[in-house]
Amino acid sequence: MSTPTVASLQITAARPYPDLLDLPWDVPLEEWPEEHLAALPRGISRHVVRFVKLGNRVLAVKETNAPIAHREYRMLRLLNRLEVPSVAPVAVITGRVGRDGEPLNAVLITRHLQYSLPYRALYSQMLRPDTAKRAVDALAVLLVKLHLTGFYWGDVSLSNALFRRDAGAFAAYLVDAETGELYDELSPGQRDYDVDLARTNIAGELMDVVASEALDADMDEVLAIADRIVSRYHALWAELTEPESFERGDRWRVEARIRRLNDLGFDVGELAITTDIDGTTVRIEPKVVDAGHHSRRLLRLTGLDAEENQARRLLNDLDSYTAANGRQGEDEEIVAHDWVADVFEPVQRAVPREMRGKVEAAELFHEVLEHRWYLSERAAHDVGLEEAVNSYVVGVLPNKPDERAVLGVDSRSLPAADPDLY
Amino acid sequence: MATVTFDKATRIYPGGDKPAVDALDLHVEDGEFLVLVGPSGCGKSTSLRMLAGLEDVNGGRILIGDRDVTTVPPKDRDIAMVFQNYALYPHMTVADNMGFALKIAGTPKDEIKRRVQEAAKILDLEQYLTRKPKALSGGQRQRVAMGRAIVRQPQVFLMDEPLSNLDAKLRVQTRTQIASLQRRLAVTTVYVTHDQVEAMTMGDRVAVLKDGLLQQVDTPRRMYDHPNNVFVAGFIGSPAMNLLTLDATDGGLKLGDTVHPVERSLLSGTGDKVTLGVRPEDLELSTSGLPVQVDVVEELGADAYIYGSLAQAGGEAHQVIARVDGRRPPEKGSTVHFTPKQGHVHLFDVTSGQRIGA
Repeated sequence: MSTPTVASLQITAARPYPDLLDLPWDVPLEEWPEEHLAALPRGISRHVVRFVKLGNRVLAVKETNAPIAHREYRMLRLLNRLEVPSVAPVAVITGRVGRDGEPLNAVLITRHLQYSLPYRALYSQMLRPDTAKRAVDALAVLLVKLHLTGFYWGDVSLSNALFRRDAGAFAAYLVDAETGELYDELSPGQRDYDVDLARTNIAGELMDVVASEALDADMDEVLAIADRIVSRYHALWAELTEPESFERGDRWRVEARIRRLNDLGFDVGELAITTDIDGTTVRIEPKVVDAGHHSRRLLRLTGLDAEENQARRLLNDLDSYTAANGRQGEDEEIVAHDWVADVFEPVQRAVPREMRGKVEAAELFHEVLEHRWYLSERAAHDVGLEEAVNSYVVGVLPNKPDERAVLGVDSRSLPAADPDLY
Repeated sequence: MATVTFDKATRIYPGGDKPAVDALDLHVEDGEFLVLVGPSGCGKSTSLRMLAGLEDVNGGRILIGDRDVTTVPPKDRDIAMVFQNYALYPHMTVADNMGFALKIAGTPKDEIKRRVQEAAKILDLEQYLTRKPKALSGGQRQRVAMGRAIVRQPQVFLMDEPLSNLDAKLRVQTRTQIASLQRRLAVTTVYVTHDQVEAMTMGDRVAVLKDGLLQQVDTPRRMYDHPNNVFVAGFIGSPAMNLLTLDATDGGLKLGDTVHPVERSLLSGTGDKVTLGVRPEDLELSTSGLPVQVDVVEELGADAYIYGSLAQAGGEAHQVIARVDGRRPPEKGSTVHFTPKQGHVHLFDVTSGQRIGA
């Protein structure tokens, strides 16, 4: 493009996208020619938003004023770094001038999230109430995740999220961070406000779908769906964050809590454990995080290399060990070293030499903990590691195949997959 | 409708070493339009969010009317945040777009209809009520968003930089609309902006904050004529007030080759130097006084502004802005002299920044 306006354009981007300059920035977004646009479903927005094809990428372009575009760009970068499910920012372009010489609004460019859909595209003819419910559930999970990272959204709605299909459910991603703010921690008021606003907005959005005759529901049904955001959010938030107290002997309840959190798709990053003065009551308060960092943390602390879920299991036990021995204030690496020597290694040694090849070390430890969990739950008290290991070695391990051998098998000798399935 | 009272309200962020809002004492009258203004980080938005229930209050109280709402959840405070969300629903009529929140709250149909009608009348949207948002202009859509807040008939409207996402033209237009609308509705309103022009043109009273501390709360006129301290003096007014540090001498302050007379009693408690503030329109061309070299002449028709530099005794260049007759402005590059109009100067203590005298 050789119009003189290009010279005044300011592009802020983390990575260079030279072909961005090929787009008609001197034309208001609303009037962009079809040739540049990608035919994707659009949500409702107070701004003009268009999807644009650029090489083999699809970008979302939103017109807004410069300070807001810059602010949202920075916010989305931050959220991406915090691994919050949100769209990825690409660039901000300011200094646009129209062909008539009038200044045009700045734009914020984000990468289109593949396979993602605005809620209005989750249905073709009619929105089934069940689909709406699942979208609301996904939004509740997203809102909890955002609140855990300290992000106050300020404008929660189905329209401000995108949805990806996820094995029968949906996963929601934040799209619009314009009104959002990041804090160290949110106040109950901020969370309440977001949840209440979400309820109002979801109800409004569904009323609009009813008005378009794509949802056959009366006001009570609409409200029942919108109310889900409140109940799902609070249930999830309570499970993830509320402290829990129990008698010192019921240590298995620490694991029970962690297990419930894991089942909900969250990992425990930190477990604050306090005991009362006479030491009879234990109070735990989990801090949940997103998946992925446990194998790194385990490797750093113990040198053990394990898969993510195994690492999580081992670290949970390390945390319980730390608490049980009252060593929360100590250097984490020293405690970890002792845990390897006192807990992890003895379990490995308890396995007779001839059975050591059956299960890999980290997996074996996990299975012993698993076994202890079942024994403890059945006995309603902690059976202890020694008893668990002995029972496992006698009752479980002998029946397992030798996994090392399976791992060493040449894949060609394995039966071929059934061709009829493809 | 109700009053709003901040009673020594304090907000300290976790890990923060000083309060974001420090013992704020502020009383907003029933039906009043109060603007909180100040530079970024002054605590204005935090104060508003404390009132909205979005920020914890770590000390003091907040009252709406006689009711202590310090720990009341946001949705039970009977307040409305205006413009927070104004994506309009495309398949719903303007009336339904305005009244949907009432429907969710279970308000009876007749009541919704009545309130929407009333709001539409005030907002000049009556003839559009049965239309879809698509048929509306940008300004009309903005008014529908206001309508959403109005129909809820809250005790207090809260607005946090509501105009920041509008372009310049729509911003000035909407500013006037909000101000006149608020007067007609007479709903107590707390409005946050960083723009002192917005604050001065909209508010019944303006509260200036800096570093979490309330500097002054007054009517725009009084704030302009009688700033309490040197910060308010420099912050309010455009172009800004000239602030000069002058030597105190017997009978007044040394102003170039003249002495600006000041009552002896006023200077008794100050040191060797005093800050003198004078607005651009209160400087007069003279044959003696402040020597100013003219750098830029900004001609506005009837008036012109002179942007010049003053060579002070210490040798430090200081900008001076003065309003002069637009028909006969001094030439760029020339040196002219200014003296303040008698009775139109502001004196401030150099150390504390506080106003000296009435």
